[in-house]
Amino acid sequence: MKQVLEGNSAVAEAVRLARVQVISAYPITPQSHIVEVLSDYCASGKMDARYLRVESEHSCLAALVGAACGGVRTFTATSSAGLAYMHEMLHWTAGSRLPIVMAEVNRALGAPWNIWSDQTDSLSQRDTGWIQLYCEDGQEVFDTTLQAFRLAEWVNLPVMVVTEGFLISHTYEPVDIPEQEEVDRFLPPYNPAFKVDTKNPFTVNSIAPPSIYMEIRHDNAMAMDEVPERFDDVEKEFEVLFNRRYGAVEAINCDDAEIILVTSGTITSTARLLLEDLRDRGEKVGLLKMKMFRPFPVEQVCRALKSAMKVAVIDRNFSSGAGGIFLQEVRAALCNREDRPLVFGYIVGLGGRDVTKAVLEDIYKMTKNSDVPSDKSVWIGLREVKHAIGR
Amino acid sequence: MLEVRFHGRGGGGTVVLATLLAKAFFQAGYQVQSFPFFGVERRGAPVEAYLRLASKKILARTGVTTPDHVVVQDQSLIEDIGVTAGLKPGGWILLNCPIPPSDMSAFANHRVAIVDATSIALKNRIGSRTHPIVNTAMIGAFARMMEAPPMDTVIAAIRKEVPSDPERNVAAAEAAYREVRFL
Repeated sequence: MKQVLEGNSAVAEAVRLARVQVISAYPITPQSHIVEVLSDYCASGKMDARYLRVESEHSCLAALVGAACGGVRTFTATSSAGLAYMHEMLHWTAGSRLPIVMAEVNRALGAPWNIWSDQTDSLSQRDTGWIQLYCEDGQEVFDTTLQAFRLAEWVNLPVMVVTEGFLISHTYEPVDIPEQEEVDRFLPPYNPAFKVDTKNPFTVNSIAPPSIYMEIRHDNAMAMDEVPERFDDVEKEFEVLFNRRYGAVEAINCDDAEIILVTSGTITSTARLLLEDLRDRGEKVGLLKMKMFRPFPVEQVCRALKSAMKVAVIDRNFSSGAGGIFLQEVRAALCNREDRPLVFGYIVGLGGRDVTKAVLEDIYKMTKNSDVPSDKSVWIGLREVKHAIGR
Repeated sequence: MLEVRFHGRGGGGTVVLATLLAKAFFQAGYQVQSFPFFGVERRGAPVEAYLRLASKKILARTGVTTPDHVVVQDQSLIEDIGVTAGLKPGGWILLNCPIPPSDMSAFANHRVAIVDATSIALKNRIGSRTHPIVNTAMIGAFARMMEAPPMDTVIAAIRKEVPSDPERNVAAAEAAYREVRFL
């Protein structure tokens, strides 16, 4: 049934309906409502799950690694500094091939202190071996969380469902929440590929010397390579039951587009509005929404962008010294293709600054009027500041 | 699409006001989106919340800077902050105050409605005597001012969402619906 829900509650509803068995979490704005709702559900008996209170995010994920090794379905949620504090355990989770699902609510990293939306927190974990799926609204967050369990348990890799601070987490909008029986048809009980058992003891993650470490890493690589296809399978099953589908990427009006905007997260929704306006004015413009970031869906991206002359990658994130992170990945995906488009990069909305339709239109116009892209991402909407540190 | 901005003070139920209206409008068949000002809330500090209404799925994921209407839960905010900032000409301003403001010059381009929501909340014993919660009264006045959402959806939303004394809140919404005045 459709109901008006906060984005964070949409995540919590998906976790409840997924019949998660162990939840561990440490609160941090803007994620906290997710685990507050889940903690209520565990206390009231609405969920039959063990809720572990821990003293830090590092311990939170360590606890879930233990629980997942025991063969149960697990979930946590975090943001920003909390995710950074988990960093070491992120590697341990993926290396152990444990299908833990996490909701990551994008929030800028300090310093300076900031609680608002910015993707640099999740994107700076890109090399930890987690699947990353970015969402643009409450319904997609709900759907993706359910799909994440199915996908994670299929390929035995952890999944980060990425939402955005306030723009999704604290925004109320209609979300279709199915009945338990419908979700059960999509998501059967977790049947682990392995689990620790006191009756048949073995060690998980003992030392792997040079003679075997590479093969274990390669195993991870093969599982990750399988993800785009498995995600497609998961989506097909999901669509049959719920009549919604997203794609690892979504290409809108890309076939005849001369310029394609590349977006992720909530900026995509606002870009959809701009796309309608520009098309009405006869502009040959397309939009490529990036949902899957890890693994990077190179094939789908190259297919969507192949006939464009110019591509404008819009990043609400920043890797100092290298520019926008989606920009780097899109360039790398295209670099060996013939007839590749020119790739322009723009930095917007860091630390939650509003990314309006007018901002996106400026980017479109700048791209249209430029012959050669800059090597660096272009910063949009900077205010003039008169002071600087340094000599 | 219609955009409404709500002004209040931290702890005064401003976000709940926007959310309850979103839920009532949704029951009445609208597409809705509501969200708080993305800030660090402190009790008593000025806060804002927003509501978008449309006939089709709302795609805008940006702040509301040029609202069609504004709702002010606390009269003292009129002097503290610019409640009409960006308000479209001809838009409504719904004020919680017992008598019309002495200086109406700031509202020359707008339509003004007033309701004594504080007295209504006190009469219905909502919140405390020193800190009455006026949001459900404001919803009733809003529903009359806009001729939407229908009062039955307002009452249903209050009964479903207000955890304590929902009937007193329903009574407050109904009283405000009757008592709101258009200047």
